[in-house]
Amino acid sequence: MTTLLRRPWFGPLVALVLVYALFAAVSPDTFARAVNLSTMARQTVVVAIAAVGMTYVIIHGGIDLSVGSVVAVTTVVVAQCLRAGYGPLAASGIGVLAALLAGLVNGVLVAHLRITPFIVTLGTMSVLRGAAKGLANEQKIDADPRGLDELMAAVPPDSWQLLPTGVWIALATAVVAAVVLRSTVFGRHVVAIGSNEQTALLCGVPVPRVTILVYVLAGALAGLAGVMEFSTLTVGDPTDSIGLELEVIAAVVIGGGSLAGGQGSIWGAMVGALLMTVIKTGCTHAGVPNWVQEILTGAIIVIAVAIDRFRRR
Amino acid sequence: MAGQVAARLTLEGVCKAFGPTRVLHEVGFEVGAGRVHAVIGENGAGKSTLMKIVAGALPADSGHMRLDGVPFLPHSTIAAREQGVAIVYQELSVCPDLTVAENILLGVEPTRFGLLQPQAIEERAQRALERVTGQRDRIAVHTLVADLSPAERQLVEIARAIAAESPKLLILDEPTSSLSAVDASRLLSTLRQLAAEGLSVLYISHFLEEVREVADDFTVLRDGCVVESGVIAATNNDALVQLMAGRAVTRAQRSARSVGEVVLQLTEVAGVRLPKQASLELRRGEVLGIAGLVGSGRTELLRAVFGLDAVLSGKLRVLSLTGSKAPSVRLSQGVGLTSEDRKQEGLALALSVRDNITLSKLEPFRRGGLLSERAERSAAAHWVERLGIRCRDVDQAAGELSGGNQQKVALARLLHHDVDVWLLDEPTRGIDVRSRGEIHALIDSLTGRGKAVLVVSSTLEELLEICDRIAVMRRGVLGPAHPVAELSEHALLAEAAGA
Repeated sequence: MTTLLRRPWFGPLVALVLVYALFAAVSPDTFARAVNLSTMARQTVVVAIAAVGMTYVIIHGGIDLSVGSVVAVTTVVVAQCLRAGYGPLAASGIGVLAALLAGLVNGVLVAHLRITPFIVTLGTMSVLRGAAKGLANEQKIDADPRGLDELMAAVPPDSWQLLPTGVWIALATAVVAAVVLRSTVFGRHVVAIGSNEQTALLCGVPVPRVTILVYVLAGALAGLAGVMEFSTLTVGDPTDSIGLELEVIAAVVIGGGSLAGGQGSIWGAMVGALLMTVIKTGCTHAGVPNWVQEILTGAIIVIAVAIDRFRRR
Repeated sequence: MAGQVAARLTLEGVCKAFGPTRVLHEVGFEVGAGRVHAVIGENGAGKSTLMKIVAGALPADSGHMRLDGVPFLPHSTIAAREQGVAIVYQELSVCPDLTVAENILLGVEPTRFGLLQPQAIEERAQRALERVTGQRDRIAVHTLVADLSPAERQLVEIARAIAAESPKLLILDEPTSSLSAVDASRLLSTLRQLAAEGLSVLYISHFLEEVREVADDFTVLRDGCVVESGVIAATNNDALVQLMAGRAVTRAQRSARSVGEVVLQLTEVAGVRLPKQASLELRRGEVLGIAGLVGSGRTELLRAVFGLDAVLSGKLRVLSLTGSKAPSVRLSQGVGLTSEDRKQEGLALALSVRDNITLSKLEPFRRGGLLSERAERSAAAHWVERLGIRCRDVDQAAGELSGGNQQKVALARLLHHDVDVWLLDEPTRGIDVRSRGEIHALIDSLTGRGKAVLVVSSTLEELLEICDRIAVMRRGVLGPAHPVAELSEHALLAEAAGA
């Protein structure tokens, strides 16, 4: 029981259940319906997948502000590829590859030029936003999704699939990422570097290589999130997902991630992402205006972290 | 020296320079198998650089090394570790967010099909840890390192060093500087045990008593050159000190002391966790020492007096004010503290020597609404000269100075502030013999000017040398203060350890 209490995702999970119960009590006829669970899961997919990558980056002791721009670039690349006649799989693959390359640039700059991740990704955030606009000629790119829209489409209530494909992909991503973090040398080294980089170096951990890999991973996952975003929008939009990185960082931090590095949890981040969706959706159902939602979300982030610090004393 | 013993490590003509600065010159000596070899010398003598070269963290410019007769040229710490040479650095170096076992096998984790083997990791860690502690359950391998004491972290680091497949040579750089006397002596007997099992140890230390206790052989470095190597039993401490310093070091003469009014009075003071109960009286013109083990609450006592930690119960009077006050109030009263943790708390390492000295009291430099840099600089330069702080100029970053000089900068701040009550926490930890002597002389001179000094130290010899009275802190409870004339190291150690 005490070990359960010490899990980083435990606190946020309790918060999630409480918030869900609160909104279910306020709007029992709309919010509490089962179909709404599926809808909320679907709305969380983009943030959740990007948050998996961000969890690695934050545990490693870094930060990635370029996530929103990477997602926008990916939607544009996917749309352009579809227009050029590529199939949905190839278009998605090329989109993720582009995102992965953006992550590689971040990683190399952080690892070899020794610029702090905040500055590097602040720069690439702007560079990639510009690149997205250039690739799209500063307009939305319409393209036939050729089935890609199915990823994020709502499933019929009686379907064996239960949840949209995108949700399953997000879950699978989280499972694999959690296993890699916990049970591989790479995962262990990510934690070690975030906890004490000097020690990691002295113990022979290949710090630059692990660093690059972390940002490549974050880039590729942001790309996957971008494919999901395209599936939702069905257009390539260079001005999409502005500010998404902050939501993603918030999810990781609510889930027990420490910006000082060394701490964080994939499942905590998933719960964090879901918590924010529940607040948004719940407020909409309860007729709470948008500006109150924003205040609430912000307050929850700070309170979650404050409680976490208190608990650790 | 180790004539009858096979050579484990042989150094020949090792040279190293950083830019134009020559750090090591033609260094050569031999470490025997199963021998503990002490490398001693003042700060800046090149000991740490030499150890880094042996450990593979730095390349030598020229020279040869042989390990068990085979040329030894590690290009990284991991390469050295694979060949059985591991180093434990002076600053504790562990990952607080990983468990004990994960720390011990960091960088050499066993895997199968790409997945870590937690069972194998725990077993190997357990074996290494048992060998170091000599006990089965002193430290549980699955605890987070964040939850361990500094002494336990040190043991984890040593376990990590010997967790290699076949450890041959263990290098320790000032391993006891963050340990209490009891933990330090336990560590020394562990090292003797490991040596008896055939491991060779290269041991860097400032503490000659410790070197005498643990080492078989010694090498003295001075200004990057080997001054002498030999068997430790065939020499005495005065001779060693002379070799290190290049001249006879005279002990600080203690001036006759006359005590004045009480400036600090504690009656059964208790903090949140530590101290549990502390009563004392400190008068002008005297030096009161506090001995005790690391973790016994000595630092917390000083912090409570200075207002950094809360006082829960008891009576606290400092100069004219009763009760707990914020540090800013204490400073304006004329109470100052130097932290045991120079790098984290004591100094702002990125700031200049000048900024560090003047930080707490900038009023004298105010010209209108602005600070006069010129006035500040000349005030700082005054203290730099007074204390013999070796720096390029007062604008050099404090972080670039050696440990001894950094400590003098911290003390210069209290001098500049002209405090009456000096709270000193481990004022000479990890600094060289000469600086230590100079700081002792400074403390002595304070008493002549009617200042009161409360000093915490883990070095009993130091307390006996500089204090008028010494009290022992044990598990948060401060014992009565005894005049030094009635005390010995043995008596203090016995009281601290509860023997």
